[in-house]
Amino acid sequence: MMRRHVIAVLLENESGALSRVSGLFSARGYNIESLTVAATHDPTLSRMTIVTIGTDRVVEQITKQLNKLVDVVRLTDLTEVAFIEREIMMVKARAVDAGREELKRITDIFRGRILDVTDTSYVIELTGDDHKLSAFLDAIGRDNVIEAVRSGATGIARGEKSLKP
Amino acid sequence: MELSGGEILIEALKEEGVEFIFGYPGGAVLHIYDALYEQNSVKHILVRHEQGATHAADGYARATGKPGVVLVTSGPGATNAVTGIATAFMDSIPMVVISGQVQSRFIGSDAFQEVDCVGITRPCVKHNFLVDSLENFAETIKKAFHVATTGRPGPVVVDIPKDFTTPGVTIPFVYPKKVNMRSYSPAEQGHPGQIRKAVDLILAARRPMIYSGGGVVLGDASAQLREFTELLGYPITQTLMGLGAFPASNEQNLGMLGMHGTYEANMAMHDCDVLIAIGARFDDRVTGEIESFCPDAKIVHIDVDPASISKNVTVDVPIVGNVTLVLDAMIALIKDTGRRADPADLAQWWATIRQWASTNCLAYELDDKLIKPQSVVESLWRVTKGDAYITSDVGQHQMWAAQFYGFDKPRHWINSGGLGTMGFGLPAAIGVQLAFPEETVACVTGEASIQMCIQELSTCMQYGTPIKIVNLNNRYMGMVRQWQEFNYDKRYSHSYMDALPDFVKLAESYGHVGMRIDNPADVDKAMEEAFAMKDRLVFMDFQTDQKENVYPMIEAGKGHHEMRLNPARELA
Ligand SMILES: Cc1cc2nc3c(=O)[nH]c(=O)nc-3n(C[C@H](O)[C@H](O)[C@H](O)COP(=O)(O)OP(=O)(O)OC[C@H]3O[C@@H](n4cnc5c(N)ncnc54)[C@H](O)[C@@H]3O)c2cc1C
Ligand SMILES: Cc1ncc(C[n+]2csc(CCOP(=O)(O)OP(=O)(O)O)c2C)c(N)n1
Ligand SMILES: [Mg+2]
Repeated sequence: MMRRHVIAVLLENESGALSRVSGLFSARGYNIESLTVAATHDPTLSRMTIVTIGTDRVVEQITKQLNKLVDVVRLTDLTEVAFIEREIMMVKARAVDAGREELKRITDIFRGRILDVTDTSYVIELTGDDHKLSAFLDAIGRDNVIEAVRSGATGIARGEKSLKP
Repeated sequence: MELSGGEILIEALKEEGVEFIFGYPGGAVLHIYDALYEQNSVKHILVRHEQGATHAADGYARATGKPGVVLVTSGPGATNAVTGIATAFMDSIPMVVISGQVQSRFIGSDAFQEVDCVGITRPCVKHNFLVDSLENFAETIKKAFHVATTGRPGPVVVDIPKDFTTPGVTIPFVYPKKVNMRSYSPAEQGHPGQIRKAVDLILAARRPMIYSGGGVVLGDASAQLREFTELLGYPITQTLMGLGAFPASNEQNLGMLGMHGTYEANMAMHDCDVLIAIGARFDDRVTGEIESFCPDAKIVHIDVDPASISKNVTVDVPIVGNVTLVLDAMIALIKDTGRRADPADLAQWWATIRQWASTNCLAYELDDKLIKPQSVVESLWRVTKGDAYITSDVGQHQMWAAQFYGFDKPRHWINSGGLGTMGFGLPAAIGVQLAFPEETVACVTGEASIQMCIQELSTCMQYGTPIKIVNLNNRYMGMVRQWQEFNYDKRYSHSYMDALPDFVKLAESYGHVGMRIDNPADVDKAMEEAFAMKDRLVFMDFQTDQKENVYPMIEAGKGHHEMRLNPARELA
């Protein structure tokens, strides 16, 4: 059965490390829904969150192949534990006439923030998981979206569990 | 000691105990070549094409177990090396490739002879490095050797910009004693709980089968494999890459398995109830159709690379660890328990296997006019007393060498299995012969394969490597022709080798001895004559039967129990 997995990876913060990971996914034909990466509080390490969809068997191979990369320090499949997933989205949406008020109201309901205002548009910032962001776009009506940019998911385990080198 | 980058490389290679570096010069490595000029502890072998350098280093590594070392220039030097790097990667061969790069300040500017070497080689190396400063160079070399030779071995590329090797630009040289890599720690010991589970399963088997592979050769675990197998009295088969790790002449050996393996090995695979896979990776040439792979078996799998486990076939008891250590632990445990498989069950299993073996699946029909390629390999075995290092290229001749040269020792059968690289055999033989100047080295090849790196005959002359080339010349890309015969209604599309050179003259033009053998009656005599010329390279061009096929064979989509046997078998 195909399932969605969120994999957190700690890797050496070195040039080329990202392309080793993305190259692995394309070379082996693994699905990649999103990939985010940035340095951590320890500047020698980057942390990556990869969202992929696959059968258990394929995801097992993905984690093994990732672990095999010399630049990968540690990884964990967050979907195997309780975890929090967040993604940030910025949406530039049409905001005219009565729609302006409605858009503001929906933004409030979703706990979004309006970052920029013009006569005809708002830029709205929203954080949440995949479902929430999609639900917001549906709620405001996808036709009203001028452009939208999503960061891709980031994830962290709940409780004491942590991903350390 | 203050050294330049070029000198640092030489000193580091000395520290690593490197005897030979196989290379070809060019602009980006001229500083390094200048440093090589000054010394003679690392011997440089000048090949004729960078592919040859990588295969020669690879052959050296396969025969010795030590990493092969290559030096190439940027751009075309690096791209020419790629085939050899990929060949080593697929067969997990330890290798360190030093490639020159344009000056660091020109990287990314499409400078003369610039290619993104790290990018191009990324998918076919275990790891690669772009050196970012002279200060990090020594440590990077240390890491490269460490990564290449530990865990599951593999090639590592170190790309070094020219400005970091400039003569006169020096820094203090310290070669690190140890490497510290938090992101790299290959498995060693197997998990004791898993080992216990495996031993329980193994001792409860009624129809056991041992399937060993290249990992046993790479891990130098032949002694352990032999003790383990003899202790249990179980049948054993090897992959193409595992040949020699268990003696071919041992009674428990059923020979190779897979597409061109023996009937008995494949039937035993299909019918076994416990399969013990040791340093083998369930390649598709071995498993046949996955759906019908070992339908009744519980599977134990020992491998140092977790990613090899349950990749193609889901296994029941995985053991991640170094094969030597895991087998040692298993042997000790088996001895400890004092238990053995039921002797009656085992006897019955062996009786079934003997029945399969009586098929005599490798038998072939002799002819008094046409030289049978199999008979040439048998003659080679006799004349070299089964004790030579045999390299090969890719095709039918490779399979015949594997089937008919009984390897009793590991590291003596040197061929490209995973990538199947035509052109491998001759340069690989150079590496082997340099490593063991006193040993007999023969290259079993075909008229198509040998032409892919034929230029290395010149290297052989320069360094006096007395390799014996056994060309099984069927005027066809025989392996391709065979598939066209079976699957394309004998439509032999572009598999005939027209306009072949006169190999005798060709060999002679390089300064070697050439022989052409047309008659079956002359095979042994020619072979003896050639091997008597201890200090000469002899090119033996055997004109063989053009229509001979490799049997037995598992065709595409078939299982182990559905082998196609040689139609001439009954007649032999
Ligand atoms: C024309 C042609 C025909 C072929 N036909 C056949 C055929 O009929 N039969 C056949 O068998 N092959 C055949 N091959 C070869 C085939 O393609 C594969 O290369 C081969 O089967 C792989 O062998 P292996 O499983 O032993 O793995 P290898 O490639 O040798 O891999 C070794 C395995 O051992 C592991 N390992 C390495 N070191 C250690 C250690 N120290 N401890 C523990 N584990 C370790 C590695 O992680 C890896 O999983 C053919 C190739 C060609 C070109
Ligand atoms: C570099 C490369 N190109 C193509 C192939 C595909 N291929 C496999 S076997 C073979 C024919 C080999 O012919 P020859 O060397 O004469 O050996 P024979 O099969 O006749 O013994 C070819 C073309 C390959 N393995 N390697
Ligand atoms: Mg041929």
